[in-house]
Amino acid sequence: MDNALQVKDLCAWFGEHQVLKNITMDIRRNSVTSVMGPSGCGKSTFIRCLNRMHDLTPGFRVSGEVFFDGRNIYTDRIDPVLLRRKVGMVFQQPNPFPRMSVFENVAVGLKFNGKKRSRSEMADVVEKSLRMAALWDELSDHLDRPGTSLSGGQQQRLCIARALAVEPEILLMDEPCSALDPTSSARIEDLIEDLSDKYTIVVVTHNMQQAGRISDSVAFFLLGELIEMDTAAKIFTNPADKRTEEYITGRFG
Amino acid sequence: MRRGAPGNPKDALFERTTAVFAFGVLFLAVLLFALLVRESLPSIRKFGAAFLVTGTWDPVAESFGALPFLYGTVVSSFIALLIAVPLAVGSAIFINEFAPEWLKAPVGFLAELLAAVPSVIYGLWGIFVLVPVLRDYLMKPVADHLGWIPFFRGPVYGPSMLAAGMLLSIMIIPFILSVSREVLATVPRIQKEAVLSLGGTHWEMIRIVIGQHCIPGIFGATVLGLGRALGETMAVTMVIGNRPDILLSIFQPGHSMAGAIANEFTEATGELYLSALVEIGLVLFLLTFVVNLAAKGILKTMVSRASRGI
Amino acid sequence: MHAIAFRRRAADRATKVLFALCAFAVVLPLFLILFDLLWKGARELKWTLVTDLPHPVGEPGGGIANGILGTLTIAGLAMAGGIPLGVMSGIYLAEYGRGKFASAVRFSVDMLAGVPSIILGIFGYVLWVLPMKRFSAWAAASALAMIFIPTVVRTTEEMLKTVPVSVREGALALGIERWKTTLFITVRTASAGILTGILLAMARIIGETAPLLFTALGNQFWQTGLDQPIAAIPLQVFNYAISPYDDWHDKAWAGALVLIGMVLVISTAARYIARVKK
Repeated sequence: MDNALQVKDLCAWFGEHQVLKNITMDIRRNSVTSVMGPSGCGKSTFIRCLNRMHDLTPGFRVSGEVFFDGRNIYTDRIDPVLLRRKVGMVFQQPNPFPRMSVFENVAVGLKFNGKKRSRSEMADVVEKSLRMAALWDELSDHLDRPGTSLSGGQQQRLCIARALAVEPEILLMDEPCSALDPTSSARIEDLIEDLSDKYTIVVVTHNMQQAGRISDSVAFFLLGELIEMDTAAKIFTNPADKRTEEYITGRFG
Repeated sequence: MRRGAPGNPKDALFERTTAVFAFGVLFLAVLLFALLVRESLPSIRKFGAAFLVTGTWDPVAESFGALPFLYGTVVSSFIALLIAVPLAVGSAIFINEFAPEWLKAPVGFLAELLAAVPSVIYGLWGIFVLVPVLRDYLMKPVADHLGWIPFFRGPVYGPSMLAAGMLLSIMIIPFILSVSREVLATVPRIQKEAVLSLGGTHWEMIRIVIGQHCIPGIFGATVLGLGRALGETMAVTMVIGNRPDILLSIFQPGHSMAGAIANEFTEATGELYLSALVEIGLVLFLLTFVVNLAAKGILKTMVSRASRGI
Repeated sequence: MHAIAFRRRAADRATKVLFALCAFAVVLPLFLILFDLLWKGARELKWTLVTDLPHPVGEPGGGIANGILGTLTIAGLAMAGGIPLGVMSGIYLAEYGRGKFASAVRFSVDMLAGVPSIILGIFGYVLWVLPMKRFSAWAAASALAMIFIPTVVRTTEEMLKTVPVSVREGALALGIERWKTTLFITVRTASAGILTGILLAMARIIGETAPLLFTALGNQFWQTGLDQPIAAIPLQVFNYAISPYDDWHDKAWAGALVLIGMVLVISTAARYIARVKK
């Protein structure tokens, strides 16, 4: 099985302050990888390096390499805009675009990526994406509703549908369930499992039980370093590193 | 900072396009100032600094002194402040501290409405309602009985410094009111509650806490109001009488800088006449600019002090 | 309840009444003015007011139709130039506005916002009337544009700044280019607020008289071209008001009623948009 992403010696700085130290990891295709660790360990920063979201952060510096599709994304020849269409992201706070309907929200990525599509083509993609996000049955008659009028869990699934509509290969999820109630969380977890057949998914989470439920691999971060990465089973039953053990048994963080 | 490849030129182009428009605005502001100076130069060269203190305005003899207009603008504005500030601050206290909840929004709306009324309509009302009423019920009686006081000397025609000041005060109250309300709202609840819990009355709480806290902010609101009053044209020129004399009595007509420009611009024959009028405009421009800058400075200091919890 | 001395209680009550009186005094002129406008203006309120041209002195009847058209014309011209300048500058300041250039732009916007409107009339005069040797709609529109633009720049920048970072991030994460994000997503999100700002600025310039005194000048008849003197309602109100004729005074009130009607309709529309399109 090949790797969707390969990270080699990734370091990152906010100004003078180093936030990621020599991260090296492989992320297998069509797997679910959880990134976990206490607050401030760099997990969100790390995931945002994978789709170059930090390009917009003034004072942010990166060294090392991230290989996607055989090429290092941090070279001048890579267009970050095109990259982000292949590596999608879902955020902690659901952020459907205000003043746009459900339909428009899902279609917006398509509308603005340069290719001209007819209304019926867009409608097909919207339906497909909403089905994948398990929203079609609920919303097929309500596509004109404002995206912001949905419940929290629905909004997050809408954001997932929106990300899927541009047909990425990888889906990055930054604590997607933190702002949701347990029932909605559970639905998102089911969704992640379903999606992992077709997509490579990297999930940042601080919920260890969730990581255990949904992941194939788990990466444990602490103070900007990757301490340990292994299958979920191994990490949670027999971690190799003492710090991992302390974290999962609740001694800190 | 690594930058991407394609797509980026378009981003830069968009940024640059918006920057061009922004530069356009900057350019217009500079152009305004430059044109004012350029057209004033003949008058500046001829009269120099004496322009501001000479009291004679004689288009026929081509002798121009702006003092009557300066005097009128400043005096009418100060009368306006004298009336407006207590009323506006008192209303602000009433709305914020005493008014029941359901009253707050409508009253705020009404104050906004006052600000939306065009100046010429204030002037219209001033000519036909305010001036006659003032003349018959206030100025004539007072002039008859207290006319020995130089400020109240007659003869009373109606159009006067006082009428202009009163009309101006109505027009600037909404601005002083809204800023005062914001200033009052910055007072920390804890301090208010502290005074009340020690047995102070509502008025004592206002006097002590608000008096302590809000003086700079209210001062800033006042200066802001002054800035607006100085530049007001139509309403003032319709009720001030447009007489370029410097008289002590507020019951007598006067003039204003904006009014001079408004009345005489189209009749200005000769380059010097026009240049003198533009120079009045330049003086008015600089005066309001300095006053507005001062108001902003005071209010900004107050905001930063409030956010630091002072 | 003798804990609080009588004097203190009396002072408390007296000041409460005093402050209420202040509020009353502030609101009273508004009612007086509106009442007079309706009472005196309604007398002349016939269809002919808005359909007829002004009649010469002594001839009864006539209207302000050319003034209505004139006002809309110069406001339209001012907005045609002012909206792009104002909105794009607002976008620049909100999205890219850091550094010395942006500070200079903000400073000039603040400066323009405080300039007395009669001075903007001088601007229009020097820029257009002197070289063209005649009064015109262009001169009037450029003066009004100088009032319109700073307001729109400020409200556009303010509204764009209220769009949360999460909206921009969401768009960028989808692989939408930065300029498309700004134009089609951020601006769209703030569009109701921006439109409100534009309408309120429009209501403001429609009521302005001073800048028109020696740019538009006024006209007894219909427009023959944008490079000719043009009528406008505030000018007509002013001229009727200061005239010595009683029936013209009545027309002044009627014209004032039409003017405030227009201002209120536009302002109300602006606030309605702001509230409803949330």
